[in-house]
Amino acid sequence: MDSPYGRRGADIVIWLLLLTMPYWLTAVGGYAQLGSRVLIMALAAMSLNFLLGYTGVLSFGHAAYFGLGAYGMGLTIKYLVPSTFAGMAVGVLTGAAAAAIIGVLIVHLRGIYFAMVTIAFGQVFYFIAYRWNIVTGGDDGLSGWSREPIDLGFTTIDIVHDQKAFYYLVFVCFLVGVTIMAALLRSPFGRTLLAIRENERRARFLGIPINRHIWMSWLISCTFVSLAGTLYALLNNFADPHDLRWDQSGDFVIMAVLGGMRSFWGPLIGAAIFVVLQDYVSSETQNWMSFIGLFFVLVVVFFPRGVLGIIRWKATP
Amino acid sequence: MTQLILYNVFNGLIIGAFYALMALGLSLILNLSGVINFAHGGFLAVGAYLAYMLIPYIGFWGALVISPILTAVFGLIIERFLIRRVYGRDPLYSLLLTFGLAFMLEDGTRFIWGPETLPFSIPNWLSSPLSGQFFFLTGYRLFMVLLVTAAVVALFVILNYTRLGVRIRAGTLDLETVSALGVNVRMLRSLNFGLGIYLAGLAGVLAAGMLGLQPTIGSDLIMPSFVAIIIGGLGSLPGTLLGGLLIGVASGVTTVFFPSASEAVIYIMMGLVLLVRPRGLLGEEGRF
Repeated sequence: MDSPYGRRGADIVIWLLLLTMPYWLTAVGGYAQLGSRVLIMALAAMSLNFLLGYTGVLSFGHAAYFGLGAYGMGLTIKYLVPSTFAGMAVGVLTGAAAAAIIGVLIVHLRGIYFAMVTIAFGQVFYFIAYRWNIVTGGDDGLSGWSREPIDLGFTTIDIVHDQKAFYYLVFVCFLVGVTIMAALLRSPFGRTLLAIRENERRARFLGIPINRHIWMSWLISCTFVSLAGTLYALLNNFADPHDLRWDQSGDFVIMAVLGGMRSFWGPLIGAAIFVVLQDYVSSETQNWMSFIGLFFVLVVVFFPRGVLGIIRWKATP
Repeated sequence: MTQLILYNVFNGLIIGAFYALMALGLSLILNLSGVINFAHGGFLAVGAYLAYMLIPYIGFWGALVISPILTAVFGLIIERFLIRRVYGRDPLYSLLLTFGLAFMLEDGTRFIWGPETLPFSIPNWLSSPLSGQFFFLTGYRLFMVLLVTAAVVALFVILNYTRLGVRIRAGTLDLETVSALGVNVRMLRSLNFGLGIYLAGLAGVLAAGMLGLQPTIGSDLIMPSFVAIIIGGLGSLPGTLLGGLLIGVASGVTTVFFPSASEAVIYIMMGLVLLVRPRGLLGEEGRF
């Protein structure tokens, strides 16, 4: 198989497209916030794919950590300090801490059992957010706060009103997250994860501590999903209990599958297609849930290998 | 206070019976075919709304008999054209497929019957309290407990004493050998799926009479059903039953002391079970 980092040419094209997105997006009918949302969802889907595609572990509960990031951000700015970076740190740490603890409970489970337990555990945080009205705002979500300008000491970046500046904040986070994950996948640790995915029993015979590796992969994956969650809260100036719900987890999985789980950039493409489609459908019809559902069914029936999977399959005779 | 606790224990038992009825259907499908049926709640809603449509023509009792059967037929059609495609593939695909189906069913019921809660009429003599002191003990609730008990007993009789049941149980242990012995596995899976959906439909009719009829009726019940299966132990039907009743009672009792945690408590229970006994209360060692 080719390097998880992809071919160099494709990498450069993708980075250039992402870097210039705010400047061409409006020309093709999009708007600035849509670009930010695509990139945030792509970060979440690529983080999920670190676990799903590269470790071979099926999690259907990643929305929990996404939502914890979002609430961590919102609560910090609303109640503690009006600082975007502090919110980000709190959100990511909360998500990572929850993932570390739950990971210990579930890491020895496999396959369908693992999927089911991750789904069920995801709901705990949903109910906490939903029920703890005074703090989280309950069903209405956490509002009454907004993102703060970033103070770098020598200059202040206004991400509050300038959508382009906000996009580049998201872009920098995406760049950092994706680069770290790509580097990890190229390292011996990443190779070990691939070995576990391909043949767990053989990897065990080689003396690899399987559960510890899966736990690490789970933790890394959830941490970056939390980062995406903090950015999502910033984008909306709002944390929604539905960010924590199982429907959201399903969305992340479909993005990864739609783009192609076995390719590094696949989830980015899946996220772009999904977000744009969702944006279009929900503005056109009340019954967008049916369309999204139909979309899931069609992807499973006709595109199980994903967009990039098909291209690669066609390319190799 | 005693009466309050008793009330909530009884209430929890009824809710637990719903969870169990739904989780048993889920468990049947999961054990034999390895498919987590996310759409189970959607089928429950279909059963409930079909009963709502049928009641003006054939009455409550007619609907109670016919609606679950129609739901099962609907389930068989879905199985034939969609679910069958994902048997034996990565569980990822069955999850995504049934997830999409769940969306479509919930939204479809909302589209056809509207988002607001519909009145669901049950016979008058069933809805009156049986005793003045235990006001909560209405005939309908007692009737539900009896019916769920009957359904569970019938299910275990089918599984233990009929040819179909023996084949289903054999299939959950080793489907390949069952197939090699000349059993039509395709048919077996279909019938098993239909049986599971029948239980969902039945739970739907009962739930509609108690909770009221709205499109989210199914998706509200599905997560606790998952928890019931995990607590009881994957692969064990008695475990699923026990798990359902346990979490029902636990959330009922929590309602007395700490109402806002009544949903979260079942997940905490699940965490504890996974910590102390990862295979679940009655699960077999090493099966998952």
